[in-house]
Amino acid sequence: MRVLLVDDEAEFVSALAERLNLRGFEAQTATTGVEALRKIDASPPDVVLLDVLMPGMSGLEVLKQIKKDHPQVQVILLTGRGSWDGIQGVREGAYDCLMKPIQIEELMQVMADAVKANRQNQAREGE
Amino acid sequence: MFNWLKQKLTGFFGSLREFPDYAESPERYKALRRNIVILMLVVTILPLVLMGLINHYLYRQTMHDEIVQPLKILVNKTKHSFELFLAERLSAVSFIASSHTCAELADNNNLGRIFSVMRKEFSGVVDLGFLDPNGVQISYDGPYKLQGKDYTDQDWYKEARVRGSYISDVFMGYRKLPHLVMAVERSVTGVCLGCVLRATIDTNRFMELIASMRLDPSSDAFLLNKHGVFQTPSKFYGQVLETYPMPLPPLSYEPNVLEKKDMNGRDVIVTYAYFESLPFILMVVKPRSQVMQAWYTLKTEAFFVFAIGVIIIFLVISKLTDKLVKRLEESDTRREVAYSEMQETSKLASIGRLAAGVAHEVNNPLAIINEKAGLIKDLTEFTPDFPQKEKLLPLTGAILQSVDRCRTITQRLLGFARRMDISVEMLSLNEVIEEVLGFLEKEALHRNIDLQLNLAQDLPRIASDRGQLQQVFLNILNNAFDAVRDGGQVAITSFEADIDTVGVSVQDNGQGMTQETMTHLFEPFFTTKKGYGTGLGLSITYGIVKKLGGDIRVSSQFGVGTTFTVFLPKRALALAGE
Repeated sequence: MRVLLVDDEAEFVSALAERLNLRGFEAQTATTGVEALRKIDASPPDVVLLDVLMPGMSGLEVLKQIKKDHPQVQVILLTGRGSWDGIQGVREGAYDCLMKPIQIEELMQVMADAVKANRQNQAREGE
Repeated sequence: MFNWLKQKLTGFFGSLREFPDYAESPERYKALRRNIVILMLVVTILPLVLMGLINHYLYRQTMHDEIVQPLKILVNKTKHSFELFLAERLSAVSFIASSHTCAELADNNNLGRIFSVMRKEFSGVVDLGFLDPNGVQISYDGPYKLQGKDYTDQDWYKEARVRGSYISDVFMGYRKLPHLVMAVERSVTGVCLGCVLRATIDTNRFMELIASMRLDPSSDAFLLNKHGVFQTPSKFYGQVLETYPMPLPPLSYEPNVLEKKDMNGRDVIVTYAYFESLPFILMVVKPRSQVMQAWYTLKTEAFFVFAIGVIIIFLVISKLTDKLVKRLEESDTRREVAYSEMQETSKLASIGRLAAGVAHEVNNPLAIINEKAGLIKDLTEFTPDFPQKEKLLPLTGAILQSVDRCRTITQRLLGFARRMDISVEMLSLNEVIEEVLGFLEKEALHRNIDLQLNLAQDLPRIASDRGQLQQVFLNILNNAFDAVRDGGQVAITSFEADIDTVGVSVQDNGQGMTQETMTHLFEPFFTTKKGYGTGLGLSITYGIVKKLGGDIRVSSQFGVGTTFTVFLPKRALALAGE
């Protein structure tokens, strides 16, 4: 599964990416919204892990752009601030919203669910 | 006096100015009440009294004038009648004296004829006589035998000789009956020089004139001469020729009024007038009480109206002030309560905002620690034969556990900040309690806790927030479960507290709380669960219940147990400004 991690905290994304790689994921990182969009355009991942609060382009803006250009890419939001951002994000098309700090087991579960849901959707559309 | 009033007024307005001051003693309201009553009484009754007094005097003056004026007119009229009566008769005598010769007047027959004509024309004339220059009455006609009498010693004769004409006071004379004499000296020169014609007037005619004044029986009218001798009889003060027992009034030719006490002690109004050309005073004496009767009646009625008015004013002011001050006191108390609640709420709200900020700021570094520690753990785990693997794994495990604890805290902090969102629905409190107990049943079973449910079956449904209430009862029940030992007892009771309120009490037989703990119970970050409590549970609970318009009461005895009672309004307050 290909994952793009987007967060302005480079230390956070690098560590998490390595952990996911250890678990067999193909994890890439981006520290700004612009960089993230560029990487998605170049090669769309299965799942984008997106921090809501970032300097410059905010997570919600990035989310909108992703949903516009690549509706098949599943987005899971990360927030340190509470569920309001999450509700907003899910309304905009995010699959789920997780509170930082995240537990890796929970994250993997949600990502698996997201991809599964995506496949089901595509299957339904295909029928 | 002025200083006192000033002080009182300053005190009064001062107490108004100081109005929004809380924590005042009950004496303040007493003083306020007293000051308002005094001030209102002064401003209402003082003008009333002033107006009453002014009216009293004006009215008395008017009444007095109205009573006195007719009396003056009457006296004046009667005085004129007297003057006219006497002047007419004096002119007649004067005319006879000048129009006849001495010889004609000295002849008894002639004089008799003149007298009979005169008596027919002028009432009150008793007799007519002619005196020679020696003062001897040489001719006379009338009912008495007075021919040949010598009058040289009599005052009236002397006066007539000096003045030419004279009207005497009333006197007895030779006939021993009260009468008065008018005498005219013949002014013709010659042998007749010094002859005097005189006529006698009886006093009956005077009495008729006085009777024509038609005075009431308690009043008196009479004629005095200038020496205060009665010329006509008086009802109360003496007979003819007796002396008037009181001092004579000051000279006044116009009718004048005096108010005095007579010698019988009666308050009387004396109306009098001096005659201008005659030596008489006409006097009317009326008892004052009778004259002023109408005035006294009016005065009494006015006084009663005034007294009743004052009583009513006093009662109304007193009642109104009571009500006003009571309202004031109530609103003060309400304001005080609202103020402290507001303070509490704003304190909680600012703590909430702070908590949310802290949680957010802490979460990011926490996430980094989490991932770095996780990575170390992963590397240790995933690398076979990693040196000191056994030592590193528990270390990273401990770091991750601590991060997890921090996460719990920050999430609760965020929950604390978020707790203000309320969505109200109609719900059954019993249902909410049962739902919450669903979470705890396993623990109760596991720890062998005796759960006693006393839910009122007829408990009315209330309008409130289900989610918030769940959190409230979950928190309180969690605390109760934490407080009791295994095998302890927790009793939950729901009841209708009053017409607007329902209540739920949670009673445990746990360790109870110290006074110190009770004091800080609802403060954020205060906890007795060292190591695993955030100190936010009850603070959040308290905030929610307050938000829903309810209240929490706690009673606890150290070593015996604790009872939390939550009161909730049947209709959650519409919370303005939130």
